[in-house]
Amino acid sequence: MADEAKDIIGDYRYGFHDPEDSTIRFDKGLSEQVVRDISELKDEPEWMTNIRVKAYRHFVERVMPDWGNCSLLNTIDFENIIYFLRSSDKTEKSWDDVPDDIKNTCNRLGIPEAEQKWLGGVTAQYESEAVYHSIREDLEEQGVIFLDMDSGLKQYPEIVKKYFGTVVPHSDNKFSALNTAVWSGGSFLYIPKGVSVEMPVQAYFRINAKNMGQFERTLIIADEGSTVHYVEGCTAPSYSTDSLHSAVVELIAMEGAKIRYSTVQNWSSNVYNLVTKRAVAHKDATIEWVDGNIGSKLTMKYPSVLLKGQGAHAEVISVAYAGEGQHQDTGAKVHHLASNTTSNILSKSISKNGGRSSYRGLLQVSPKSTGCRSKVVCDALILDEHSRSDTYPTMEIGNSTSDLEHEASVSKVSSDQLFYLMSRGFTEDEAMGLIVNGFFEPFTRELPMEYAVELNKLIELEMEGSIG
Amino acid sequence: MSEEILRIENLHVEVEGTPILKGVNLTICRGEIHAIMGRNGAGKSTLANVVMGHPAYVITEGSIFYQGQPLEELAVFERARAGMFLSFQYPAVIPGVQVGTFLKKSVTSVRDEPPKGREFRKELTAAMDQLSMDKSFLSRYVNDGFSGGEKKRLEILQMLLLQPNLALLDETDSGLDIDALRIVAKGINQVAVDSACLIITHYQRLLDLVKPHFVHAMIDGTIVQTGGPELALKLEDRGYDWLDVTA
Repeated sequence: MADEAKDIIGDYRYGFHDPEDSTIRFDKGLSEQVVRDISELKDEPEWMTNIRVKAYRHFVERVMPDWGNCSLLNTIDFENIIYFLRSSDKTEKSWDDVPDDIKNTCNRLGIPEAEQKWLGGVTAQYESEAVYHSIREDLEEQGVIFLDMDSGLKQYPEIVKKYFGTVVPHSDNKFSALNTAVWSGGSFLYIPKGVSVEMPVQAYFRINAKNMGQFERTLIIADEGSTVHYVEGCTAPSYSTDSLHSAVVELIAMEGAKIRYSTVQNWSSNVYNLVTKRAVAHKDATIEWVDGNIGSKLTMKYPSVLLKGQGAHAEVISVAYAGEGQHQDTGAKVHHLASNTTSNILSKSISKNGGRSSYRGLLQVSPKSTGCRSKVVCDALILDEHSRSDTYPTMEIGNSTSDLEHEASVSKVSSDQLFYLMSRGFTEDEAMGLIVNGFFEPFTRELPMEYAVELNKLIELEMEGSIG
Repeated sequence: MSEEILRIENLHVEVEGTPILKGVNLTICRGEIHAIMGRNGAGKSTLANVVMGHPAYVITEGSIFYQGQPLEELAVFERARAGMFLSFQYPAVIPGVQVGTFLKKSVTSVRDEPPKGREFRKELTAAMDQLSMDKSFLSRYVNDGFSGGEKKRLEILQMLLLQPNLALLDETDSGLDIDALRIVAKGINQVAVDSACLIITHYQRLLDLVKPHFVHAMIDGTIVQTGGPELALKLEDRGYDWLDVTA
């Protein structure tokens, strides 16, 4: 297999002393051949190869978005990106290569070194492997399928074929086209009818076995009446030498099902994080996106929900933190496509040290969708004079029987708040950290405890200005 | 002579270029309760805020010493850690921060040793019982949606926990009904025994419950008269005009 790949690809960049366990890494740049090679290397069915090729052609033709942060988007050099890495490649990196500031942050967050090494991409092994297995056995007993996307395609091609790209078609945008062409990794999760998964399902554990990848593709299907909470990410900075992260996440909640998808991501400040997340909610189903964005150079991410069935409900709770040199362009989109559907959007952003955060939202009620209710709240907190916050809400309401509320606020930390806290013994940084954590609290309380604790700690560190 | 805690010498203070305090002199020793009375705008709150170090208040002349040390050398948080406490007239709202978390962190930063979980719990429960505060306070956000009386109780609760050397109480009695006033006064008396205490008030009613050793009348940024508790009664009875040389 590896030898064959070598012939196809022709060139390797890093060590492959053992041909049976060689690291396969493509050259930089993208072409139709590279896309076909990825598919062949993964031994995929022809229909997937065809999807990839079609998506690649669309990617080439598709122009860059003319909104968001165009000047930053246009600096992306697609020819300077490596589009495929075998998972074992991650182990090639040395702990010494991980920048000191990231190691320091990990230390101060109290993340054990074994875990830090994994987070730094140094090792794919992690002590909690045993925990992961026991959780998996639990899930398997309930008929839950939880695999990385590549294995999902191999083992359950019929399910993948039925749903892949149905929520986020490759032609949705330039980056969904790119992802569809070159995707690798991500999660495949299927919850059978009526099954309630009690514990949050964490990509965290699974990822230890497989490399996360830059172009991961996640597909979650919650069958009728089932419930699941999926958690991914980590508050420690995800160090990546590669500058583009472009994922696609598709969620499908069948009648009466409920999916909560929680993410906290903290990318290193060189990363373009351009992610398409979208969900379909059928009759009486609920979708909840809980989305935290910290770090990166530019994040453009707008978790979306298509409320397709009567009585379906969407919640999107997000926070964004834009520090020096960072632009968080985030928000939410909800399409009320059926009657009596409801949605709540809460977006909170913080800008500091010249950082910029933008809320970009779309709320759409189709003319035939009567009796819909929606509430949108966006709060921005600006921590200094150099930072910026913008709001771009769009509302398209097709009938008069629907009820919509929109509230937006931009605030600064008041000198009275700081003085009050400082008079209680807090330094200015500590006071700022407390205020910011309080501001994020409506988000933080939705997270599993360990993530909430880490996020609070991370914010405190950010306020000290000790990390970038 | 008992230990000097606060000494203010010829203090002149401006806010945004407007002179507010115009030569205040005041010394408070441990175990003493001082009350400052005066009309709105006389500079009473300014005095409390400038002692605590509010950045909006600029000292143009004179000095403040805390336990013999010039205060200008100390940042606000260092003043708190050195045992100074201000009960605010209008405490700030800190949305999303639970009272319990806030108290624990505050006590941790002010005391040399962070309090042990169980002991702190005990101490907190005792103090809250004393102030007739329900446990549910702890999970509410700091001053968020609090009534005037609830805010003042939270201030006094903090004072009980932080056990300051110097307690500055800025109109702590305003907005309190008579029952709440009694409860708050009890808390002040408890702390006042072993600290220096400066009470800023408009009304005699708090001073019925917390007996001051000294009462100062402030007019237009200076202390124009100092006396015992009888001065407060006189001010309550006759107002300030008889003291006001410019009137």
